[in-house]
Amino acid sequence: MTNVAVALDAKQTWIAEFASSEPDLAGPAWLRPIRKQAIARFEAAGFPTQKHEDWRFTNLAPLLRVPFKPAILGRPDGVLAERLEPFSFGVLKTSRLVFVNGQFSPRLSYLRPLPEGVRVASLAEILRNDPGSVEKDLARHAKYEDDAFVALNTSFFTDGGYIEIPKGTVVEEPIHLVFVSTSHEMPTVSHPRNVVRLGARSQATLIETYAGWAPDVTFTNAVTEISAGPGSVLDHYKIQRESESAYHIATMTVDQDRDSNVMCHSMAFGAALSRSYVHTNFHAEGGSVALNGLFMPSGVQQADNYTRIDHAAPACTSVELYRGILGGKSRGVFNGNIYVRKDAQKTVARQTNKNLLLSKEAFVDSTPGLEILADDVKCNHASTIGQLDENAIFYLRSRGIDEEAARHILTYAFASDVVNQVKVAPIRIKLDQLILSRLPKGAGPGEGL
Amino acid sequence: MLEIKNLQVKVGGKEILKGIDLSIGRGEVHAIMGPNGSGKTTLAQVLAGRLAYEVTGGSVRFEGKDLLAMRPEDRAREGVFMAFQYPVEIPGVSNAYFLKAALNAIRKYRGLEEIDAMDFMGLVQDKAKLLGLDETFMKRGLNEGFSGGEKKKNEVFQMAVLEPKFCILDETDSGLDIDALRLVANGINTMRSPTRSMLVVTHYQRLLDYVIPEHVHVLVDGRIVKSGDADLARNLEKHGYGWILEEAPRPQPARA
Ligand SMILES: Nc1ncnc2c1ncn2[C@@H]1O[C@H](COP(=O)(O)OP(=O)(O)O)[C@@H](O)[C@H]1O
Ligand SMILES: [Mg+2]
Repeated sequence: MTNVAVALDAKQTWIAEFASSEPDLAGPAWLRPIRKQAIARFEAAGFPTQKHEDWRFTNLAPLLRVPFKPAILGRPDGVLAERLEPFSFGVLKTSRLVFVNGQFSPRLSYLRPLPEGVRVASLAEILRNDPGSVEKDLARHAKYEDDAFVALNTSFFTDGGYIEIPKGTVVEEPIHLVFVSTSHEMPTVSHPRNVVRLGARSQATLIETYAGWAPDVTFTNAVTEISAGPGSVLDHYKIQRESESAYHIATMTVDQDRDSNVMCHSMAFGAALSRSYVHTNFHAEGGSVALNGLFMPSGVQQADNYTRIDHAAPACTSVELYRGILGGKSRGVFNGNIYVRKDAQKTVARQTNKNLLLSKEAFVDSTPGLEILADDVKCNHASTIGQLDENAIFYLRSRGIDEEAARHILTYAFASDVVNQVKVAPIRIKLDQLILSRLPKGAGPGEGL
Repeated sequence: MLEIKNLQVKVGGKEILKGIDLSIGRGEVHAIMGPNGSGKTTLAQVLAGRLAYEVTGGSVRFEGKDLLAMRPEDRAREGVFMAFQYPVEIPGVSNAYFLKAALNAIRKYRGLEEIDAMDFMGLVQDKAKLLGLDETFMKRGLNEGFSGGEKKKNEVFQMAVLEPKFCILDETDSGLDIDALRLVANGINTMRSPTRSMLVVTHYQRLLDYVIPEHVHVLVDGRIVKSGDADLARNLEKHGYGWILEEAPRPQPARA
């Protein structure tokens, strides 16, 4: 079958699936028309092909060929708590919500004491008991109109994390959402949907971990919608460590109110094909955002990173730093789009993407982008693709360090700019370990560079 | 300690060293002087194991072993150290981490235990003081944003910590103001010992006022054209390289 036929076939399957499952999808009355509009948009637009500008480097045919089935609702998930241990962060104390193939698992989840009024719950439960509290946010920020995967998520989602921080409240301990994707006989799909609302001057740290194990074939199609109230502070981490046979597509939207301060870390290690789309929007002045990304595919993995920062209001600052480390025959994409609207005077925007190719067969495409309609702004972007510096390797070797260790040290050092942005020490240590464990061949150089 | 015989080296297809003979005994300090482009750095880098330099003939024995057959890291572990003319900047790797990794790699090779953190700090502090390097320097990225002088000091500092048997100093004096030159020269002199040999490569005689060599060799167009004692360096300073070029045998056309 040609790729076009595959895409058409997959589209029909999803539409039929919606027709049969829609009556059973839970949710309040106002959600049903939204789901129907979303599937209608999907039907009209279909899956993107490589002719589409944003999908030039990404062949979806392998994903669309797999007959994914949703995990059966209500069936016990069978995931052992011990298996989740490697996805925690050492001494770091967090509240944790675990979702297995898209369904909340109370057995694997726990809440630590939280300040009054803070809500950390499964979205399904909120939709059952208090749907009014998500109506303002759910499906309001992540646009299904022009994104097939957001449309599918909107049509099919059943659960995910719901986090609400009341105004003026500081949540000290991070909140950890863990999405486990497993498959047994059949490849499984899940559509996690997260809604996060930070009240004025509130503060929180949120971690999204996407977990899975080889050789499971799974498809996770996640959407996270965040609204950051005036003066709020959010430190957000997305750590993708799915099975290397998995497909992972995730969209995150952040809507930033006046003077809010948001940091989005995106770390991609797993999946056969992963695509992360982060879209932040300043709709009031004085906000700041930092997008901090690391993607580290090896073997035949592909890791795509699309970002869009919308400066729709004056005097906001964005700093974007993405690094790619690509080994084997892996592929990667960085595509950064900064959009400065006409009225967004005094915008400061800096974007850097640097890529390190560890092998001759690895490939990366880096497309930085700035579109500026205002005139009083400070914006710049830079992008590089290179190999390890032979002079640096020789310098280290000339001091007695063997070649492999020299390469490891330099590769690790390349990632350090991004890792050093991580404020939570146990998360930083975990990332160090993950990076070191993924360096080609053998053990890494150890910690504390 | 070091025996170089008829060493010939090509870089990018071009013959740079055209038959070097040099014998350095234990505890001796030799200087190599020569105009820019004469091949001094090429000689230093070849001894340290730089692959881009292709050895087309000759041999180098270090304490009886075939130096040219060794990997660069093994040369370092055997006790060869080259202070780079242009030290490399490596952001993201701290001086402390780098030096500890190097020291431990060398210790391991020699069958010694890894140095513990306390001993390492003690060792490093003493040597850093000797060169007038401040405390924060160990935490900074390796040569990252260092001034020319700081980089040169760092080379000598590394040498002091790693305690090699044979030190090659490639233009370690260039770019230093007089205070830095004195510190660096003092650092080098502190390391002189009956068991340690040095090859000091320089374009000027400046450093040799402080680090007085036993032997001076003049390298011109890939050949040692004259050898003598410390007076030779002083003559070169006074009269330039011109008189040597006239005295020296005409260079033969490069062999293919
Ligand atoms: N990587 C290289 N590729 C080509 N030519 C080189 C390279 N390195 C040095 N050379 C040439 O080799 C000659 C000797 O250089 P070098 O050893 O650096 O001299 P010195 O240190 O005495 O100034 C010069 O003509 C220089 O241009
Ligand atoms: Mg030189």
